[in-house]
Amino acid sequence: MDALPIMAPALPEMFLAVAAMAMMMVGVFTKPERAPALVSALAIAALLATGGLVVAGGTAFQLAFNDLFVVDRFAVFMKLLALAGSILAIVMSEGYVRREGMNLFEFPVLICLATLGMLMMISANDLIALYIGLELQSLALYVVASLQRDRLRSTEAGLKYFVLGALSSGMLLYGASLIYGYGGSTQFGALATYFSTLEEAPVGLIVGLVFLSAGLAFKVSAVPFHMWTPDVYEGAPTPVTAFFAAAPKIAAMALFLRVMMGPFGGLVGEWFQIIWFISAASMIVGSFAAIVQTNIKRLMAYSSIGHIGYALIGLAAGTEEGVTGILIYMAIYLVMNVGAFAVILCMKVKDRMVEDVSDLAGLAKTRPGMAAGMLVFMFSMAGIPPMAGFFGKLYVFRAAINAELYVLAVIGALASVVAAYYYLRIVKVMYFDEPAETIDPIETRGLRVVIAGASVLVLGFIFYPSLLANNAALAALSLLQG
Amino acid sequence: MAVGLEHYLTVAAILFSLGLFGVFLNRRNVIIILMSIELMLLAVNINLVAFSAYMQDLVGQVFTMLVLTVAAAEAAIGLAILVVFYRNRASISVEDVNQMKG
Repeated sequence: MDALPIMAPALPEMFLAVAAMAMMMVGVFTKPERAPALVSALAIAALLATGGLVVAGGTAFQLAFNDLFVVDRFAVFMKLLALAGSILAIVMSEGYVRREGMNLFEFPVLICLATLGMLMMISANDLIALYIGLELQSLALYVVASLQRDRLRSTEAGLKYFVLGALSSGMLLYGASLIYGYGGSTQFGALATYFSTLEEAPVGLIVGLVFLSAGLAFKVSAVPFHMWTPDVYEGAPTPVTAFFAAAPKIAAMALFLRVMMGPFGGLVGEWFQIIWFISAASMIVGSFAAIVQTNIKRLMAYSSIGHIGYALIGLAAGTEEGVTGILIYMAIYLVMNVGAFAVILCMKVKDRMVEDVSDLAGLAKTRPGMAAGMLVFMFSMAGIPPMAGFFGKLYVFRAAINAELYVLAVIGALASVVAAYYYLRIVKVMYFDEPAETIDPIETRGLRVVIAGASVLVLGFIFYPSLLANNAALAALSLLQG
Repeated sequence: MAVGLEHYLTVAAILFSLGLFGVFLNRRNVIIILMSIELMLLAVNINLVAFSAYMQDLVGQVFTMLVLTVAAAEAAIGLAILVVFYRNRASISVEDVNQMKG
């Protein structure tokens, strides 16, 4: 008789799962008008507690559930980022859900379930665990995207996301089945051991790897699997878009890194070109396609495609330095993206949401605080020093140069020049155009705190870069040694 | 002629391609897309079971069970989203999913 499986490292996930189900009960059994606010507060508390458990669990390398589940420094780093993204998404949604007919207690519960899926993805150490975590996240996200069920755009966004998401899951699974067949196991550790003995990878394995990376590229919305991103970002309710742009990207990137550097670490030669191509294509599409966008949510969608391209440079480098660069980039991306979406969530005229870049005209005169916040986030995204975004790019470009990926680094630098055009256009509209309609004052204290806090972090990064960089370097080290 | 692993893999590959083409070439009905996605997942299951039997390793069959379960949940959510879409648009034609250009 086998001993009971070790479960303690998965304590945060188990807590969050139980808490999400308990919140559902609380939502059902309280009065409908009080339920959403109460459940939101409970969800924030539960996510904070989960973060506490993640930290308390320690950063030592631990396996659980017969090696299906792994906890290491890398997992802790990424989990804290994903949890931060989810908490901020709930905080920022407060005013919007009350106004726009989305005042449902299911929203925070679904965010918690999606976050649970993300934590599972980040800790996955087996193809089965990878798939279950990914689906747990995706299924919750499909529902959240179509949460405004009486609006055509929201339901259409949900439908498109669902169809393309299910398609990509299918491709990922087909890849996983081939890898299982040609690798003889679903466990990352066993696969890594087996692959390191191979002199030449069999064709079936390469096909499996291509399908698996296609599925993962879809989840991080890298070109050529980005088609869903602009539509879903535009159609989904704005707080949901703010959520989509942050936490799921981080979890999917963590999974991408763990799969590529873990079991497939020995086959760098086989996947290097794939990553090189999707990284370059994402940067180019992200910068050029955004130029013509007038809807700011669509623009942010292309911007996030571009940012994923920059982050993937680090994976193409395939070195410890590259992974460190990605971790730093994703952390900075999270902060500036959350800040920018906090400003977008404030964009309403007489209680009606507006989404065009031109609606920001003259914001510097009417709402100088908001405009200053947006200015900081846009400069940071464009990569202008001394904002944090510049350092994010610096780390990945340096990793690329040290790995002798000169072409990719040059493409990245040129793409960020093009991208600077549309970021600076927003600044120009805010500061030099005549005000059209006055944007309402910032509605909730949560949004005000998020904008101010994110601006401080983006501006203050230059003073304490080592705080993030050291932790990211240790996390990257733990991923490569694991 | 004995039916070997390669035959199962070929059937699965054909089914998977049919599903993939069904998603992209179909211009009429979203339900057909859902059916095509289901076909892709079943192709994956054939792959997994064939490998599992070939290698005498049960993990593949466990994986298949989980895929079946998740596919059921996925179909439920997909149909639910399709129903709310239908209520707003009064159509489930693929051509009518066109509010946003992309």
